[in-house]
Amino acid sequence: MNAWRQPGFWLTFLLVLVGGGAALVTRDSTLRELVFTLLMFVALSSSLNIMLGYTGYVNFGHIVFFGLGGYAGFYLISQHGWPLYTAALVGGCVSALIAALLGAAILRLRGAYFALATIGINEAARAFVINFGPFGGPTGMFINFSAYQAYGGAMQALWTTYTLLLVVTLAVVVTSYMVKHSRFGLGLMGIREDEDAAMVMGVKAPNFKNIAYIISAFFPGIIGTLFFFKNGNVEPGDAFRLHMSIEMLVMVMLGGNGTVLGPVLGAVGYERLRGFLLTSPLFKNLHLAFAGLALLLIVLFVPAGVVGWLRSRFPALRKVLV
Amino acid sequence: MSQLLASLVDGLLLGFVYGMAAMGLSLIWGVMRVINLSHGAIMALGMFGTYFLFTALGLNPYLAILIVAVLGLVFGFLVYGVAVHRVINAPHLSSLLATFAVNMMIIGVGTAVLTTSPRNIDYSLGSLQVGPITLLGSRVASALTTVLATAALYLFLYRTLPGKAIRAVANNRDASELMGIPSSQVLALSFGIGTMLAAVAGGLVSTFFPFTILSGDAYEPRSFVICVLGGLGNPLGALLGGLILGTMEGLIPVFMPVSWVPVLEFALFILILLIRPSGLLGAR
Amino acid sequence: MILQVDKVIKRFGGLQALTDVTFDLPEGQILGLIGPNGAGKTTLFNAINGVYPPESGRVIFRGKDITGLPPYEVARSGVARTHQVVRPLNELTVLENVMVGACFGREGHSRASAARVADGVMERVGLTARAGQLASSLNVAQKKRLELARALAAHPYLLLLDEVLAGLNPTEIEAILDTIRRIRDEGVTILMIEHVMQAVMSVSDRLIVLDYGMQIAEGTPQEVANDPQVIEAYLGDPKLAERLLAE
Repeated sequence: MNAWRQPGFWLTFLLVLVGGGAALVTRDSTLRELVFTLLMFVALSSSLNIMLGYTGYVNFGHIVFFGLGGYAGFYLISQHGWPLYTAALVGGCVSALIAALLGAAILRLRGAYFALATIGINEAARAFVINFGPFGGPTGMFINFSAYQAYGGAMQALWTTYTLLLVVTLAVVVTSYMVKHSRFGLGLMGIREDEDAAMVMGVKAPNFKNIAYIISAFFPGIIGTLFFFKNGNVEPGDAFRLHMSIEMLVMVMLGGNGTVLGPVLGAVGYERLRGFLLTSPLFKNLHLAFAGLALLLIVLFVPAGVVGWLRSRFPALRKVLV
Repeated sequence: MSQLLASLVDGLLLGFVYGMAAMGLSLIWGVMRVINLSHGAIMALGMFGTYFLFTALGLNPYLAILIVAVLGLVFGFLVYGVAVHRVINAPHLSSLLATFAVNMMIIGVGTAVLTTSPRNIDYSLGSLQVGPITLLGSRVASALTTVLATAALYLFLYRTLPGKAIRAVANNRDASELMGIPSSQVLALSFGIGTMLAAVAGGLVSTFFPFTILSGDAYEPRSFVICVLGGLGNPLGALLGGLILGTMEGLIPVFMPVSWVPVLEFALFILILLIRPSGLLGAR
Repeated sequence: MILQVDKVIKRFGGLQALTDVTFDLPEGQILGLIGPNGAGKTTLFNAINGVYPPESGRVIFRGKDITGLPPYEVARSGVARTHQVVRPLNELTVLENVMVGACFGREGHSRASAARVADGVMERVGLTARAGQLASSLNVAQKKRLELARALAAHPYLLLLDEVLAGLNPTEIEAILDTIRRIRDEGVTILMIEHVMQAVMSVSDRLIVLDYGMQIAEGTPQEVANDPQVIEAYLGDPKLAERLLAE
């Protein structure tokens, strides 16, 4: 992969590395908390982009992978005392497995039907978790504070989790770039543009879609585990917040559907906007309405998002704004 | 046994309203291939509209629903013009996201203005005793309303000029335009009727249960399941699907915890999409 | 015999689109497929390359039964096809479009070597200047050339061309016909649907005529043009055929 020689790759990679690394260098807790949320959404949006942007399949239920994978990973930590690193990885694998199973059922559905199916997933997942005894039912699970001792105390645990998240986010960005510039990614984009024509040209659409779905599910599972570990508990209400699915969609669309840089910028931009709206007394309750308005305006007037628009307006920048 | 029967009948009557709700969604899909993701929110607006007319003006809820119907129609025109018209020819993703955005805006403004405290319409039509079963007056009235509305819809679509225009556009938009049918206006009308049905369904539901602005959200996945069950674009199918789903929902809690219902509905949804995607009565 | 189509029947609900279509196609030949609109020509293509599996009958390609295989399997076996109504991959560049053909066709190139193959193919059809443009920005004639380029990039054994000349002016037609002849000379077998009579008659070795899903004639262009059934179904006026061939 000559990714290492492309300016576009470095722009995105360094953006995340520097942006994320700043907190580590300064050891500033407030910054860390702020950037943690940003990194989380950057990673989640970038993984969503693989299905939404590259393959063209609208997934309204992306948060499910965050929730179910996170639940699984947290379960291992809280009920079986597993270390964070392995539990997070297993959380990711659980999400990937769920994606494989779910995908087998719903990826045969085209376009709008697939989107509809994903809407129902969230509800079904939450209902399942509420009824599933080992996962703590409606009250969820929690970790004993003493569990953090194994990581050098609660403070240190927070830093470790943050560092892990940064690593995962970088991994997602790299994966996103590699997929986009691979033969696999070319096939995905063919599917996005015209699935039937792509199949006539030899793209094995059912398999490709499945793989894309699995890849997009893997990282949210890890991230969910990290997030719940940091919070010390998990409940059905937290894990399957439909709002998060929605906001991830907005982030991808805002930044630029189908680009590597887009979801990164979109996540940061939207999160900052949301933070601003939430702290402003006037807009506090209206942030969802504003997200909706933003999404509508983007869909109607700038469907390619910020990065997409820049790329079409300034073709010379295409090498850099991937 | 009588418990089972009572649940069954209850679910069946509720199913009428489910069917009415789904009809609106089905019509919009059938005519313009748009899935209105603000469907649930509009139902909730219907609930609140009825509520405010009832509490502020002391209007009989069933009369209030008539007004809500008109408001729903007009609101549909608005949503169509603002959000849907521009993306009607774009890939499905665009119209999905556009109506989704409208949904977010309604819910967002709604939660801010109306808060999430539940409202209730205190209006009883008494009850009917049929053998061992007690039928709530409000449920029977709603079922009747639904049947009337369905009949009216069919008369409209098959006997009036605008209705025929809608069917023409649903069938082949380009050809209709060539025949001089103003397709944008027809599409707006269809969308308006769809939202009208949703709003009326919401109004009817408001006479059953307490509700908040978020209550419509529960009906949206159900409406999708029903549309797919009955065949997208087929109003009668939607009614049938509603009855089936209502009955299911009446029966399931007798055998297992109520919280399993969403999972089962989702499973049914996937099953139908995989096995018989055109629905039980066939799509239009 | 690179392609054998044996008693293929295709129904859509109550409509019988293809009835017992049977023919053999020797390697290296150009076979023209003609017939009035709605005769089932594109349906036959769809049955061959797996878009709509036939209700009955068989399609044998290079000795292998490909009946009902999904389109991507058929493509991998070495069949490439263009569409009557062009289907460009809109948001991808011309180069990327052609690369898809090379990556997922018979030879299954990696992205890097697909780019090289694509360069060569674009040169042949004259799209090199537009390599970096989005496919959606091309005009119809260029999109047709893109369809052809995508199919060629797969280095197929068999090329199915669906009205590749429609909407082109005489100069453009001559250019494409030239390209088609050269492709055949390189060993590719070609099955082409066409309405531009002069063109298909001049380039084809043999013709098959479909009408209402049935084969009503088969033979050399000369034979077919003089076949009274064909004339009646298609041309209406027997004298017209003579005049066309004379030109």
